[in-house]
Amino acid sequence: MSDIEQRVKKIVCEQLGANEADVKNASSFVDDLGADSLDTVELVMALEEEFDCEIPDEEAEKITTVQQAIDYVNANVK
Amino acid sequence: MAFLAGKKILIAGLLSNRSIAYGIAAAMKREGAELAFTYQVDKHEKRVRDLAADFDSTLVLPCDVAEDAQIEQLFIDLAKHWDGLDGVVHSVAFVPKVALDGDYLDNINREYFRIAHDISSYSFSAMAKAAYPMMQGRNGSLLTLSYLGAERTMPNYNVMGVAKASLEANVRYLAQSLGPRGIRVNAVSAGPIKTLAASGIADFDKMIGFNEKHAALRRNVTIDEVGNAAAFLCSDLASGITGEITYVDGGMNITAAGQID
Repeated sequence: MSDIEQRVKKIVCEQLGANEADVKNASSFVDDLGADSLDTVELVMALEEEFDCEIPDEEAEKITTVQQAIDYVNANVK
Repeated sequence: MAFLAGKKILIAGLLSNRSIAYGIAAAMKREGAELAFTYQVDKHEKRVRDLAADFDSTLVLPCDVAEDAQIEQLFIDLAKHWDGLDGVVHSVAFVPKVALDGDYLDNINREYFRIAHDISSYSFSAMAKAAYPMMQGRNGSLLTLSYLGAERTMPNYNVMGVAKASLEANVRYLAQSLGPRGIRVNAVSAGPIKTLAASGIADFDKMIGFNEKHAALRRNVTIDEVGNAAAFLCSDLASGITGEITYVDGGMNITAAGQID
């Protein structure tokens, strides 16, 4: 597992109160991990903090799975 | 020195550990206050209960400030647990997100104007009206949260600035009304802080950056800094202060420009 993948999954676990074993790359925050709309906003804020970046609203809306979060960080964070 | 020892304080507006209300609760708890919290809708109950546990509080009650009956019921319920009330913190505001993006005039209508003022300003009066019978004879204190957008224009803040102007005037009129009854009313005008609520304001990250560049302290403020001021204002240390808007904004309110380039 890459460093970024690990860090993303750790944040997802913390923010959504999910078990590590349940957080798969394909997991959807809402459908698989039980996130509500506030959770998803908080999750994006936590990712911004962890990776010291700003995720614009229109991009944030597209991040709905663990893999999409990993991809966003890989593509946008140096 | 625990300057809120023995005080019972109700906090409305706790929604996450990034909420300004969370910083206020932390400071008040540290200073010895006993805390109660409200949640707006059932789906938030667990969320707020979990957060309240951080402050050793299990007193978590429903209250949608849009509903008079719920505000009344809140204080009926609270009175079953507490024999009096020393403070109310109102950290609540709302308008549909579309009104907080782009041109003020393009995005305002009667309904958004009404909602912004109802939830963000009137609800403070409504809570004061329902709360003060429980607060009499105790040097009680009411506190709300405002923003510089009440006095000066900001991009995207739009009708929320108009509603915050109403809220600040509300603080003064409530202070005048409740002063003879021994209850103080104040507001903290906080600098921009990244909360769930603020995520509804377009380009908020840029406002945060602007503030950091121009505020006298050249940085943004934290929920803990707002919390410390809020705790002070609700304590007997602030017994001579009422009707006041206190800035916790790194000096942004005294600034036209902090630097030219």
